[in-house]
Parts: sequence; structure tokens; C-alpha cells
Amino acid sequence: MTPEKDETPGEEVVPAGAQPFEVIDVREGSFGVHGSGDTSGFGGLNTTIVMPPASTAPFGGWFDEVAEHLEDGVSGAIEKVVVDRGEITFHIARSHLLETVRHLRDDPTLRFELCSSLSGVHYPNETGRELHVAIHLLSMSFRRRIRVEVSVPEGDPHLPSIVPVYPTADWHERETYDMFGIVFDGHPGLTRILMPDDWPGHPQRKDYPLGGIPVEYKGATIPAPDQRRRYS
Amino acid sequence: MSATTDPYASTTDSTDGPVFTVTGQDWDTIDPSLADSDHIVVNMGPQHPSTHGVLRLVLEIDGETVTDARAGIGYLHTGIEKNMEYRTWTQGVTFCTRMDYVAPFSNEAAYVAAVEKLLQIEDQVPQRAMDIRVLMLELNRISSHLVCLATGGMEIGALTVMTCGFRDRELILDCFEAISGLRMNHAYFRPGGVAQDLPDDGLQRVRDTVALLKKRLPEYAALCNANPIFKRRLKGVGHLELAGALALGLTGPVVRATGYDWDLRRTQPYWGYDTYDFDVVTWDEPDAYGRFRVRLDEMWESLKIVEQALSRLEASQGDPVMIADRKIAWPAQLSVGADGQGNSPEHIAHIMGESMEALIHHFKLVTEGFRVPAGQVYAAVESPRGEIGCHAVSDGGTRPYRVHFRDPSFVNLQGTSIMSEGSMISDVIVAIASIDPVMGGVDR
Repeated sequence: MTPEKDETPGEEVVPAGAQPFEVIDVREGSFGVHGSGDTSGFGGLNTTIVMPPASTAPFGGWFDEVAEHLEDGVSGAIEKVVVDRGEITFHIARSHLLETVRHLRDDPTLRFELCSSLSGVHYPNETGRELHVAIHLLSMSFRRRIRVEVSVPEGDPHLPSIVPVYPTADWHERETYDMFGIVFDGHPGLTRILMPDDWPGHPQRKDYPLGGIPVEYKGATIPAPDQRRRYS
Repeated sequence: MSATTDPYASTTDSTDGPVFTVTGQDWDTIDPSLADSDHIVVNMGPQHPSTHGVLRLVLEIDGETVTDARAGIGYLHTGIEKNMEYRTWTQGVTFCTRMDYVAPFSNEAAYVAAVEKLLQIEDQVPQRAMDIRVLMLELNRISSHLVCLATGGMEIGALTVMTCGFRDRELILDCFEAISGLRMNHAYFRPGGVAQDLPDDGLQRVRDTVALLKKRLPEYAALCNANPIFKRRLKGVGHLELAGALALGLTGPVVRATGYDWDLRRTQPYWGYDTYDFDVVTWDEPDAYGRFRVRLDEMWESLKIVEQALSRLEASQGDPVMIADRKIAWPAQLSVGADGQGNSPEHIAHIMGESMEALIHHFKLVTEGFRVPAGQVYAAVESPRGEIGCHAVSDGGTRPYRVHFRDPSFVNLQGTSIMSEGSMISDVIVAIASIDPVMGGVDR
């Protein structure tokens, strides 16, 4: 819906050389109510939702060391590095994912032995990069954590499975497939895991309804959670 | 024979030949000349007294030997992560505490740690709140390990361990009830602190419980540690070395039983764990018995931490337990009314009678909630079962954009196959009990 280089509010605070803000959405109005004759003025709100922008080296602390060793091992794989709230995120092109995680696990200067977690996030308005997969790796040797993020378009939700490198990702990937419909090519048995086998749809996508029902209490009706006022 | 449309038919054809469905007491209905091998697929669960909840095990057995074991999960999926996207950040605690219901404080801890990291207020959370959290987490570790020993004992027929375990767990749940108001599903940790301070008799209650537990914990060691039946059922069962455990992502007592002293409380400390004096328990037998001994010893270490937390809380009495930032701190305060529950009359009088601004502020914070700057974090804490992590994403709004929990039971359960293939059916039960999965956490 929104092109990434649409408008960059607060452009002056972006350090020179940094990539533009991560615009994931532009929202209009407030409270999730439209066409109600709202006279509060909030109906005219226009909010751009931006995620923390890309960072440039030096990142600080051990982040630089990891970034260098990763760049040395798999050149051209890193699309973007984000350092935010004391955490580092490497955005990796999906074509390079498998060799990247293999390098992260095997390189003696990196040693990310444990794949803590793998899951998805759905950004329906980030055109061409709607589905993100966030992989959390832990180096027990160096006591470091990093996040590897891969984004795929909704129309082609494929990325390589990392089960050959981290067998623990088996169930994580099945859950991510179940909840987001992201297909992990090369997974040994990509079937639904939490939802029933014949379930239609992928519940964690943003366009999948919550299916809440209104609650009646002493004659009054409280709307379902997904029908209540939103402030964001 | 063509495939039948009757789902309860006793015999159908498959690519592997005829399939016979027998449900017990009806083996005579099968013509022995048709069944030419002992190869049987057994569906154990999802409702089975030995599966730690609604866990379904698909076991391929040859005689008594398990040749293939697969775990089927999802029977307790309640969409907690999806639901949390439709509630405020504070309300999220109420949902996530219900995941791993045996260790609810760990769920809350991972979530509030993530929210506080997103808000960048970690250093503004009062020390007393963090000490209370540590106290509750460690008491919860003991109660959770007691459930593990109790149910694990029951599943191998040691009913005395079960009655003892639940008896002692009850002592801790009584403390939880006195402090948080609830035995389980507390929603006691809140972003910025804890819901309320300890009651007047809170410290004394916990102190009495610790004294009683110190008398009772040796009973488990005396009953089990050298018990020949117990040892024969547990030793060498569910064997999994460190390399296999890390490849499959297993953490917690399973890893520590391999001799690796990985414990997030020590290796990536949070909330002042680095200032407590305790040992990380390890064992050198990576089997069910080793895990049992790790849990047994960990309860003593937790008691040590509880006692240290108690003395700190003694010293900090009267200090705040919620962040000073009024834009985040929950405005309402609870007090015990004549009916045993209720809101603080002072706070009600203030917002209803004295200050309209306070009323607006209360209303805004309770209905709308606070905003969290856009971004994502991952926070992990050491639950009784291993690393519980929370990946929280905010879009700058008053609700989580996405929350995902890395539940240790979910990951550890992947060890089922490797731990039980090649063993007897009875050992499958022991192997799973040694993982100690809680299905509420697995399925979320």
C-alpha cells in the first residue's frame, strides 16, 4: 500500500548515509471508527508507523565484531543492520539464509550454537515484504544474542528451512507455517502443528479475524475485543 | 477391499496393507492369520494419565520396543498470542500467565522483561519490585519442580512421591495466594513493577514455609535417591548428550544434567540475580535420573535465593513496588475490603471526589493503556523448564503488534523421539516425565 520512500518524517534526524525509515504502515483516523460523524478531530489523524531505522557501523560493543565476521563469511547477504534497544538485527536476503546461519553456527569467532526461537511477524502494508521471519540465535560460548530477520512477499512466501543447520527449528518452522502460511523449503515435514490439519487460513496473519464475540453483562453488551476502540 | 466410509470400521486398507483398529478388550476380533507381524501403531493420548496433559504420542512398536515415537501437540492451543494483540500491554500479563500454568511467574517475567526493554525503563523499575519478583520466581521454581517430581513419580507408580509433592506445593501456593491473591494465573508482575506490595504477614508466611520445606525436602532424597526400584526405572532412560540437546534446542535441567552449567540466571543475569549467592546445579548422567537429581538440588538453591530475597525485602519495607513514571504505572491500588477484596478507598475518593485530572488519567491509562515506542525486542529468563523467551513487537500503539513466546516445554518436547526410540513403552513415560513438559505452554 505504502511505498517505502513515500515520506520520511523527521528526515533531519537521520544520520548521513543511513537508509530511510522503515515505514510499515500509514494509518488514518483513530479508534478504528470511520464515517461516524466524528467531530473530535481525531478522525483526521494521519499516522506514519515507522520501525527503528537502519544503523551504520560502528554499532558499538561486540556488535561490530559479529557484523564483520558475518560480512567476511557471507558477503552480500546482509541487507540491513538495525541496532535498537541494545539488540542487533541482521536483515538477510532469503537466498543467503542457509549459508548465513551455517556460518553463524560454525565460525569459531561467532559460535551461535543455539537457535532459541523462530517465528513470524505479519506487516500487511509493507508491500513486497509482508511476512517477516525472526530467528533468535544464542551464542553460549560468548553469551551473545542476535536476531536474524528475513522478509518474504505474501505472494511468494518461500524461504529455505534452517532445519539442516538447527534441527530445533523443526517445530518452530511448523508453527510459523501454521500461523503465517510461510513455507520453509526443505523442511522434513512441513505440516500444521497447533491448528487441526484441515484448518483453513493462517490465524496469526493480521487479516485473519480474532473471532471475538460480544459479552453481555447485566443487560449491557460489551463489544468483542476486536470490535472495541483502537488507539493505534 | 475398498476404503470404507465408516470411521469406526474395524478394518481398512492402507498403502501398508490392512489396518486394524482395536481399542482394548477386543483383540480376539482380529484373525491371527491376517496379522503377520508384531508391528503395531499405538496412539497414546491425547487423554492418557501418563502423558503430562493432553499430549498425543504416536508410537510404532515392535513387541514392547518403540521403533518410532512422534509427539502430536496442539490440543490445548488457545490463541494466547493472537488474543494479546487485542489487549493493552498491561492486560497481556493476564493472558501469558496462563500459558505454562505450572510456572506462571516465569511467563509473566519474560513478558514484562520484554515490555520494559521496549519501553527502555529497565533501570527505573524499583529494586523492591525486582526483589519481590525474584522471590516469587524462585518459590515458583520449587513448586514447579515439586509438580515434576510428583507427576513423574505417579507415572511410574510411586504414588507417595505424588502425594508428598502436591502436599508441599500447596504450601507454596498458599504463599502465592496470600501475596498475589491467586494460587495460579496470578498476573502479578506488571510492566514497571508488581501489582501490589507484600501483605503485612507476607514475609513471615514465606519464612515459615521455607522452614517447613527445609524439613520436607530431604524426604524426597531419602525416598528416591537410592531407592533401587526408582533407580532402575530412571537410570539410563531418556539418554541425551549435550550435543544432541543443543541441536534440538533443549535447555534447563535437561542440559544441566549433561554437565553443562548453562543457566540464564548466571550466564545472562536479569533483575539482580548476579548479586545472589547460589550454585548452578549440574549432573554427569544425561538421563532421567540425572534430571531428577538436578531438580532436587535446584530446589535447595532456590531456597537459598528465597532466603536472601527475604532479608532484602525485610530491609526495603515501605519502598515503592511500581515505577514512579505515572504514565506507565498502574493507577489503581488494591486493598482488602470487608468482603476480602476490592479497590483502595483512598484512590477511589481521590479520583471521584478530589481531582478530575486524576480521574481522566486513571481512565485513559486503564482503558487506552500506555504507548510503547515502535520496535522489537527479545527477552529471555530461566524458567524451571529452561529458557522462556518473549519476542515482542510494537508499532508504537497501546497494544502489542505481535508477541511470540519461546516456550521451553514446546522446544524440549522435540527430544521425545530421540529419547524414547529403541526403548520400552514404559520408558517413554519416564523419558517424557523427565522433560517435564506442560502442555499449556507447549500449545499456548
